[in-house]
Amino acid sequence: MIHRDMVCPFCGCLCDDLVVETEDGQVVQVDNACTLGSNKMMGAWQHRLKSPVMRDGGGWRDTTYEEACEYAAGVLLDADRPLMYGWSSTQGEAQGIGVSMAELLGGVIDSTTSVCHGPSILAIQEVGHPGCTLGQVKNRADLVIYWACNPTEAHPRHMSRYTTYADGFFMENAFRDRKLIVVDVRKSDTASIADEFMQVKPGGDYAVLSALRAIVRGRADVVPKTVAGVTKEQLVRVAALCKEARFGALFFGVGLTMAPGKYKNVRNAIELVDELNRHTKWTLTPLRGHYNVYGSNEVFTWMTGYPYAVDFSRQIAFYNPGETTAVDILARQECDACLIVASDPGAHFPKQCLEHLAEIPTVLIDPMQTATTPLCRCQIPTAVTGMDASGTAYRMDGVPIHLKKFLDLGYPTDTEIIGRIFKQVKEVKHP
Amino acid sequence: MNELLIKNAFVIDPINNITGEQMDLAVRDGRIVEDVGANAEVIDAGGCLTLPGGIDSHTHVCGTKVNFGRYMSPEDMRAGREARRGVKHATSGYSVPTTYANSYRYAIMGYTTLLEGAMAPLEARHTHEEFSATPLQDMMANTLFDGNWGVMEAIRDGDTERAAAIVGWTISAVKGFGIKITNPGGTEAWGWGKDVTCIRDPVPYFEVTPAEIIETLIRSCEMLRLPHSVHLHCNNLGKPGNYGCTMETFNLVPDLNDKRQTLYATHVQFHSYGGSGWKDFCSKAEPVAGLVNNRPQIVIDMGQVMFGKTTTMTADGPMEFNLYRLHHNKWSNHDVELETGSGIIPVLYRRKNLVNSIMWAIGLELALLVENPWQCMLTTDNPNGAPFVKYPEIIALLMSKKYRDAEFATVHPETGSRTVLPSLERELDWNEIAVMTRAGQAKALGITDIGKGHLGLGAEADIAVYPLKVGEIDPAKEYEQVIEGFSKAKWTIKRGRPMARDGEILVHGENTTIWADPVIRPDRDIAQDPDFCEMFNHWYSVRMSNYPVQDEYLQRNLRMQSEADL
Repeated sequence: MIHRDMVCPFCGCLCDDLVVETEDGQVVQVDNACTLGSNKMMGAWQHRLKSPVMRDGGGWRDTTYEEACEYAAGVLLDADRPLMYGWSSTQGEAQGIGVSMAELLGGVIDSTTSVCHGPSILAIQEVGHPGCTLGQVKNRADLVIYWACNPTEAHPRHMSRYTTYADGFFMENAFRDRKLIVVDVRKSDTASIADEFMQVKPGGDYAVLSALRAIVRGRADVVPKTVAGVTKEQLVRVAALCKEARFGALFFGVGLTMAPGKYKNVRNAIELVDELNRHTKWTLTPLRGHYNVYGSNEVFTWMTGYPYAVDFSRQIAFYNPGETTAVDILARQECDACLIVASDPGAHFPKQCLEHLAEIPTVLIDPMQTATTPLCRCQIPTAVTGMDASGTAYRMDGVPIHLKKFLDLGYPTDTEIIGRIFKQVKEVKHP
Repeated sequence: MNELLIKNAFVIDPINNITGEQMDLAVRDGRIVEDVGANAEVIDAGGCLTLPGGIDSHTHVCGTKVNFGRYMSPEDMRAGREARRGVKHATSGYSVPTTYANSYRYAIMGYTTLLEGAMAPLEARHTHEEFSATPLQDMMANTLFDGNWGVMEAIRDGDTERAAAIVGWTISAVKGFGIKITNPGGTEAWGWGKDVTCIRDPVPYFEVTPAEIIETLIRSCEMLRLPHSVHLHCNNLGKPGNYGCTMETFNLVPDLNDKRQTLYATHVQFHSYGGSGWKDFCSKAEPVAGLVNNRPQIVIDMGQVMFGKTTTMTADGPMEFNLYRLHHNKWSNHDVELETGSGIIPVLYRRKNLVNSIMWAIGLELALLVENPWQCMLTTDNPNGAPFVKYPEIIALLMSKKYRDAEFATVHPETGSRTVLPSLERELDWNEIAVMTRAGQAKALGITDIGKGHLGLGAEADIAVYPLKVGEIDPAKEYEQVIEGFSKAKWTIKRGRPMARDGEILVHGENTTIWADPVIRPDRDIAQDPDFCEMFNHWYSVRMSNYPVQDEYLQRNLRMQSEADL
């Protein structure tokens, strides 16, 4: 059976033009997807955990959904400071129930944002965000900058759908008329096709952004001969390209948010774009990783007022990244139970945090065995949104997309499982 | 069968010409009925002022830019936090509160129906998701068409029917309510960092003018027989001397509908400015109101400014950038492909600032100078002029010359030479306030027939009882009681169910999303038009099949179907 216009649940591009062919409950062909999306689609049905599993001495035993949900609810109810973390590869509906449960339990809810674009949000909270939807870039941008990111490998269709290789309504020959600038600490695959590659010494992004701002403001005189390994000549040339563009779009990645300077780098990039808007049109977009990490920020925000790291321990919504973020809470060994949903801290968090996760009762809701599995006491497999479950996700530019279901493998959705756990929590802890 | 009897209510119900009458209101299964049985739940209103539930015909409470206002403003979130208690969720935010906070605060003030003023069709799903988290009010969303490529191309080809077909399909697809135009043409120009100055400037590339966009959409709206009229945010918002552009725009408007206005002009305060710059900035409320008085086909809302901190947010992207360059605060912008734009900045309106003081005066002048209250709605363009929690103060200002004078004495001393406010003696009465906060809004939105904005037999039992004894207080003098009374309803009843009492939230409700669905002849169905589909799939960044909002995003909902003349 052929399913058209399916939505890819891999990265923040949320490509919605996939053609998926299924046969006897298996995916046999995926067209239009990139390698990452295609692998996820082709393989996901076969690598699933078959049923919930619980620790049994040194090993594991299979269990029922009923027992697993009851265990999860018990652990959360028993905790003084439960942490609910993850949420970036699941449907918005599940995120919403997660927030309500964190609120009722007086727990902390945080998404993977805190270890990727959290600093971007801090910068936005200081200076705002001049952005746009991706179609705006596709149709208008004659200059694109990728700063500290490598879409060729991390967002493989970003360039063909929205920038370099995409048709643009206002361009005769978009591929030829669109210039590409890449700024990075190394010559990545994306850099190798750039019209201009600006190689910055590690940790030098802030200085380079400041130099560009100075030049755009007509103060090239204060810029030294080289800035973090970039020659003044190149900086002046790049600044001129930026000012001459009819529509410029700056995309940036975790290379900017997690490099020295962190949120200050992003703030500087936003202020460069502000400055350029006094000359021509410019926009800026963080390249978000997981397909629905931006959705977690959206859902958390309309429900609690804050995009991530929300602490309900005092019955109000309290937000203080650095204190109420998952890594910090784990590093301080503060939480005494953890529910992890649709993310893999086992593969990303510092060792110290993982040691604490292994110490406390940790429950994982994830369709597949991951690096987090060995740290848990219970894992509950669920349907994959966009494959065997439908649901809502927000693209990296804020466009909400409805992911569709094309397979039925009999797994419950994240919304159903978290809803069941929440129901049991509510039976004990009445609102 | 669910029955409720509200005894001893002092009812003002302008749509049914009840201007203050002690009576009982009987409710069965959410509707007003003749009488109820002896087992009905009884509420004693004790002779207090009882009105249809409040309706806000222009507010920004749900959707992409509202949520971005929250996202970028933790300082505003901290300014409005309350603990979780009982059925009530924890809340955050003052000028851009969380969905729950909006819903609770409106409910406490007696409001039961809200119109989100601006929804980009591409991001409609987001608005509907937030509607689901706004439990205590019925919701509807005006849908943005100011920079819609398909519409502008149809206008360029002189094909109004095609424009109407695109609008009709889009509204049905995204479950929108009315046609919103924000700075027509300007938001498309802003895609290039440009703007239009008034209604005769051509839009870059499309070569149509704002005047043509407005005129075509007005005709499209009537062809589609939508409940609400075109809802317009004029060009040139916030600029000194813009009143000329506003009046030129109003002069374009034909009188095409005998049930309601043909144009709803929103936040007209921001469009009634004289002067050639900030130095000689002054009020032009008089000529603007005068024109409205001569044009029964136009309804306006005030867009009142109140002093203090707030967040401005609008689809008018270029305006927000200009405002950012004045305020030097943080700025967000979000252009939406093929459709519209948007911008957000926080602002502080100060009494010590002459321009802010004049803005404050202009909103009040408009409300006092527009003779017919059915033509002027009480709003702040929440949160642009002020958060909606300021409505009670605005009501009191309109009802009391004494209060206006007392406030006037605290604003910038030169305000008197730039405005006429001190010379206006008019004091609105309870009936006029009821018109401007519910009955008039229901009529302007075209929702009286579905039982909104009145308390006649068969009406939806959305009722607000305020702790105000009309015969006993003099609003001209005891304005503080008026403020207090409208700030906290004694009872707010939604669909016959008490949902707030004396500032306490009683239930976690379920709203109704009201949406329009014009039925168009199959041969004019734009979704079957190969050129339109080709345009859509080539230039949007989502597939046309993934664009319509699925039914599952609406829980309880009311579809207002119309037979389009198309």
